[in-house]
Amino acid sequence: MIRLSIPARQALSKLTLPVLVVAAFGLMLLGKADTILAERARMALNDALGPIYAVLAEPLGAINSAVTETGQLWNLRAENVKLREENEYLRRWQTIALALDAENARLKASLNWIPDPTANFVTARVVADAGGVYARAALLAVGPNHAVRKGQIALDERGLIGRVTEVGSRTARVLLITDLNSRIPVTMETSRARAILVGTNGPRPRLLYWPEGVQPQEGERIVTSAEANAFPANLPVGTVRHSRSGVPEVEPFAMLTRLEIVRIFDYGLNGVAAPEAAARTTPGRH
Amino acid sequence: MAVRHRNPGIRPHPTIGQWLDRAARAAFPATCSVFIMLLTLAPFGVAGQAVLLPAVTLACIWFWSLFRPAAMPPPAVFGIGLLLDLLGYLPLGVGVLTLLLVHGFALRLRRFLAQQGFALSWLAFVPIAAGAAFLSWALVALLTLRLVPIGLAVFQAVLSATLYPVLAIPLAWAHRSIAEAEPG
Repeated sequence: MIRLSIPARQALSKLTLPVLVVAAFGLMLLGKADTILAERARMALNDALGPIYAVLAEPLGAINSAVTETGQLWNLRAENVKLREENEYLRRWQTIALALDAENARLKASLNWIPDPTANFVTARVVADAGGVYARAALLAVGPNHAVRKGQIALDERGLIGRVTEVGSRTARVLLITDLNSRIPVTMETSRARAILVGTNGPRPRLLYWPEGVQPQEGERIVTSAEANAFPANLPVGTVRHSRSGVPEVEPFAMLTRLEIVRIFDYGLNGVAAPEAAARTTPGRH
Repeated sequence: MAVRHRNPGIRPHPTIGQWLDRAARAAFPATCSVFIMLLTLAPFGVAGQAVLLPAVTLACIWFWSLFRPAAMPPPAVFGIGLLLDLLGYLPLGVGVLTLLLVHGFALRLRRFLAQQGFALSWLAFVPIAAGAAFLSWALVALLTLRLVPIGLAVFQAVLSATLYPVLAIPLAWAHRSIAEAEPG
């Protein structure tokens, strides 16, 4: 260690803070100039921490489910009655759905319909929230030799949750449809009108840019549209709910606040790069 | 084990054990802050958990800068800020600048606050936490060129101020026992 005189040491210690504050501004500029640097550092950190959180996820998940189960025990009877009613209702729907399915198959056969290609998928566990305060994203543990790529589509058992934006060696980050930077081409199911689903960081993303003469109906189902070749058509997204001020929002089918297991589909689409990836392909950058 | 020399004069070279002991005690505040930060990211499955990270980090920096600045020097604050930016998905530099400013404020106020006891240090932390949350929010909006909802910044400030006493009790205990350079 270098030995300095006491006044010199005091002067140096007084200078450290201002110098570091300037360095913080420098870091901001660096982060703006080179977005890949921060992304790489983040994914390296995630790859290191991911396995630890993956190990923690199981006991913590068990505790969580035990707590929810205790809560559910309280209203077991009410829940049971509700489920019976719902079951009856769904049974009626099942017969209709089966009839429609058979009819659909007959019609497709007589039309020589080209079937949609089936997509490959991998299933991954959500190990951490990867959004921070001002973003909505999830971190997935995908294992060391994975085939997850940017732009692939993530769904839970109910509907669309988002797209893969960053891929590390063991982890992948999925930007959720509720994120501020998320823009998804969608179709309203009854009117077949196109629109864009815009994330707001809130629980419900907004609908924007629907064509004139069409109004999103309350409760209407929203599915993805194949426009721009970023998504396959007809993945379930959510239902329309009007906010108090009359703005059409979409209540996602997916349980975005408690994601546990996620499927990542490879539809072989690469029409539009995911938001973070878009920053990479700006001109003058490799 | 360690023989302490309270009297001035020539002292024997510290043994490796003593040296390690001293280094571990000096590194405790920064290490424990990092550990708490990593802990907030564990998959608890609580909604809005992401806000915990900046809130808790802020409280840790305030506590150690106020009561043990020698073990929480500006470079350590810088490192913790960088970790906050990376783990919390903030634009680079936002966490660093915010924490350095909080550290600076703590150093300015510590002469006065360290003697006044816990309640006043908490009271002083409330506006600091609010200012820090607002500064982060403004910097994020400026650097991403997007108007991010301010509600989250308010939530972060409130959470930070509420969690400070919860954190400060074990930290104060650690401050008196583990982090003490020469326990007496």
